[in-house]
Amino acid sequence: MINNKSYALILPLLAMLLPATAFSIDDSAHEKKGLAIAIETDRRDAGFGDSSASLEMILRNRHGETSERLLRNKTLEVTNDGDKVIIIFDTPRDVKGTAFLSFTHKLEPDDQWLYLPALKRVKRIASRNKAGPFMGSEFAYEDISSQEVEKYSYRYIKDETFDGRDHFIIERDPVDPRSGYKRQRVWIDKAEYRIWKIDFYDRKDSLLKTLSYDDYNQYLKKFWRANIMEMINHQTGKSTRLNWTDFSFKNGFSEKEFTKSALKKSR
Amino acid sequence: MNNKNNNSFAHRYSQWVVRWRWPIVILTLALAIGAGSGVKNLGFNTDYRVFFSEDNPQMQAFEALQRTYTKVDNILFTLAPRDDADVFTPSTLAAVEQVTEQAWLLPFALRVDSISNFQHTVAEGDDLIVEDLVFDALNLDQAALDNIKAVALSEPALHKRLVANEGGTTGINVTFQLPGKAMDEVPIAAAAARALAAEIEANYPIDVHLVGMMMMNNSFMESSQNDMASLVPIMYLVIIIITFFLVRSFSATIGTLIIIVMSVITAMGIAGWLGVKLTPPSASAPTIIMTLVVADSIHILATLLALMRNGTEKRAAIAESLRINLSPVFLTSITTAIGFLSLNFSDSPPFHDLGNITAIGVMAAFVYSVTFLPAFLAIMPLKVSQRPDRMTLAMDRLASVVVKRRKSILWSSVIVSLIILSFIPRIELNDDFVAYFDTSTDYRQDVDFTTANLTGIYQLQYSLPTHSSNGISDPEFLAELDAFSQWLRSQPEVMHVNTISDTFKRLNKNLHGDDNAWYRLPESRALAAQYLLLYELSLPYGLDLNNQLNVDKSSTQVIATLDNMTSKQLRDIALRGEQWLAENTRNSRAIGVGPGIMFAYISERNITSMLGGTFAAVILISFIIMFALRSFKIGMLSLIPNLLPAGLAFGIWGLMVGQVNMAVSMVAGMSLGIVVDDTVHFLSKYLRARREKGMDAEAAVRHAFSSVGVAIVMTSVILVAGFMVLAQSTFGLNSQMALLTGIAIVMAIIADLLLLPALLMRLDTKKLTIKTKKQAIIKNATQGDNA
Repeated sequence: MINNKSYALILPLLAMLLPATAFSIDDSAHEKKGLAIAIETDRRDAGFGDSSASLEMILRNRHGETSERLLRNKTLEVTNDGDKVIIIFDTPRDVKGTAFLSFTHKLEPDDQWLYLPALKRVKRIASRNKAGPFMGSEFAYEDISSQEVEKYSYRYIKDETFDGRDHFIIERDPVDPRSGYKRQRVWIDKAEYRIWKIDFYDRKDSLLKTLSYDDYNQYLKKFWRANIMEMINHQTGKSTRLNWTDFSFKNGFSEKEFTKSALKKSR
Repeated sequence: MNNKNNNSFAHRYSQWVVRWRWPIVILTLALAIGAGSGVKNLGFNTDYRVFFSEDNPQMQAFEALQRTYTKVDNILFTLAPRDDADVFTPSTLAAVEQVTEQAWLLPFALRVDSISNFQHTVAEGDDLIVEDLVFDALNLDQAALDNIKAVALSEPALHKRLVANEGGTTGINVTFQLPGKAMDEVPIAAAAARALAAEIEANYPIDVHLVGMMMMNNSFMESSQNDMASLVPIMYLVIIIITFFLVRSFSATIGTLIIIVMSVITAMGIAGWLGVKLTPPSASAPTIIMTLVVADSIHILATLLALMRNGTEKRAAIAESLRINLSPVFLTSITTAIGFLSLNFSDSPPFHDLGNITAIGVMAAFVYSVTFLPAFLAIMPLKVSQRPDRMTLAMDRLASVVVKRRKSILWSSVIVSLIILSFIPRIELNDDFVAYFDTSTDYRQDVDFTTANLTGIYQLQYSLPTHSSNGISDPEFLAELDAFSQWLRSQPEVMHVNTISDTFKRLNKNLHGDDNAWYRLPESRALAAQYLLLYELSLPYGLDLNNQLNVDKSSTQVIATLDNMTSKQLRDIALRGEQWLAENTRNSRAIGVGPGIMFAYISERNITSMLGGTFAAVILISFIIMFALRSFKIGMLSLIPNLLPAGLAFGIWGLMVGQVNMAVSMVAGMSLGIVVDDTVHFLSKYLRARREKGMDAEAAVRHAFSSVGVAIVMTSVILVAGFMVLAQSTFGLNSQMALLTGIAIVMAIIADLLLLPALLMRLDTKKLTIKTKKQAIIKNATQGDNA
């Protein structure tokens, strides 16, 4: 039975619910701000045309055992879709000359080919491996493939200052259900819109990995590239470090170099 | 009754206890509550590795392997369709897909392997298709289902591991990586897995069984909890009934019960303060303590009631009983504690906890029995029934029989003992960790079902080194690896072998247009390495190769899944594998490891380590007896009825059962501490009669019978009842330990009442002059009679 006294009790409870409504208004504002930050980040890196770099990949397990490999990377910027990428393997010796071609896409699965010199054949890999590990490392394909705005939905979380920089913290949820992640938390500096850190949360929303960027350099007075990327898997204790060198832009790469038939000649 | 010791410590102490009864009751209760508050710190250990010491070599080898490859902490979901002949129906495969999908979301899940997410590779022109074997099962046509069946039943990575021989059941294996931060990680993961299993059973006509190391760890905890929840109440009931039957007094029964509760919570509380985490063995400590406490109280109560029956006033009787029993109860408590402390020599840490907790409980029981119990009884009303003491009369008759037929008793005892002892070699040590769990437990039933219908529980792991970076691509090594895998498959005990050499063969075939002629190892090192790179690049989330290869690709792990077998067979197959590698490879030496192997060696290790512990306990206890009885000869003689019972228990076990687990190694030390009490009581009465009353051996035996015979039988009945309750444990280490100890106690009472007097009358024939020594220990020990 509800009498006046009960109302007196219920009213404050109702009042407590009001801020929750206010939150949902807030949510939409945060989503807009998050998206705006992502678009600005993307805009600032647009127009690089093509790039190449050398890469040292160091895999390390919980107990410090390591394994190293050397790769070279060529990227061709594609407007309105994901970039085209060639990766050439220099070491280990057994896989020297093996070349990997990938057409990354915004939402559909990427197209991938691998040239096997020992077999002298190019094989197309038809796989749902987007969330899979890249060469046994702690990086998944989706972590290293080109970051398109459309791949996520965003929300702004808060600001944070560290290492003398002001950052936005945004969270992004992968749109693709095949993604290995439920969400990612990204630290982007306010001055140059460079990503400094990403926390990856797995499908059960526990912290899986942290990717840290370091030693950023600017190229062509516009494009920032980090020389060091370190991915730590918190669940297995394994980590992978990428040491980038020899960044080079505007190499004049053409579409023809990024084809299945050209892959055999990649050296 | 005795006025010579009015000024002795025991006498003054007894008077003091009765005078300060109220403060004593309050203080001891406060003490028990204070110590007992540590109970809140007690948690359950949920890792089977706790059964192994840090320096256990099998454990070290296993841990080294687990550091290199993905851990094998897993839950295997066994899905058994209720009606269909096999699992290759849209509905069952949909269930497999659902479990596979949702298992990724289980807490701490790292990896999920099933027939649905098995990465099936096929060639299509120059394309290598790498995809889930089952996708969108509900919309598959019969041709697709037939294809899936054909692939699953012929794929060596799946057949008899994740799909049954004929396809009747299928498994989904979930690998976990526990952060190791909280004590409840295992139960959280197990509860989530059970919820998922229940959801599948509710929505599909499928039975789900959960096995794997995580479920076993969880069962360790559940077994402890069930034992505590079911055995402890039974124990209380048994104690109430027996105590009341023996003492026929409401107050005395209540007093005994309170002492039991105080002793148990004191011991468990101190264990909590010391940070002990409970395991099934240490969780049995309360039951054992309860049993031992009653034995203490019974001695004091029996004397007290006998005094009152003979007309002594209550408080005087309390003081007198306490005075008489102070030393014997202290003595027997010390020897019992020493027996349990000998468990610290075990190679298996949970038994250290059991020994220490019980020793603490026994000493706490001594303290409460000589403080709280008399003080409490001094406060409570106490009445005795005036009934004829039939039991004492029966003892007198037994004494006459023993005296009359001493020769035949002696010789038949020797012959029967030798016959029983001759069965000890029939004991076969077997630590099948699955069999630790009673067939009434869910875990055991699920394991039995899975073993009968899908795959084995025991895994044998070999890490084959190549001694060079990326060396696993070396064709010579691959040939050796393949030969080893084939050899393992040809062994009768082996159900399944997981090896990377199969993957190389399959890829070689795929990259040659799926031509079966190419189902063989790649010929060159570069080819093998590039196949592996191609395969690695195509694997989806979570399904990396780290469960088979190390980071540097310089070593690979071969996992053999074995049929149910004994420890001996397990050690045998592991050694055969090691030997094969030594004889047939250039330098790929490896030892076979795994949880099963760790348990297969645990008995031997514990027996070796417990030999030292038991020996130390024998020496110490014998020394205490000699000191207390002030006789080297009688002390040596006492070794026979003290050590023989454990030996006879093993012999009877060898005759009736045969297989025994590592609990056997604990029984000798533990039972020694318990059975020695009866010997001490009997011998002290015997010696008193010989020394002070100048009786010959025959008369002294009669005297001992009539003064302590009843008390010995009473305490033995309680002890046997207590250990029989513990023998009902669903956990095999506890039940076998309790059963063996129970048998040893029965043997002890037979030895004490038949063999010991016969031996005394045969060997102790020297005439003794009447001595009048009045040293406290022996004096009091010899006066613990109610005659």
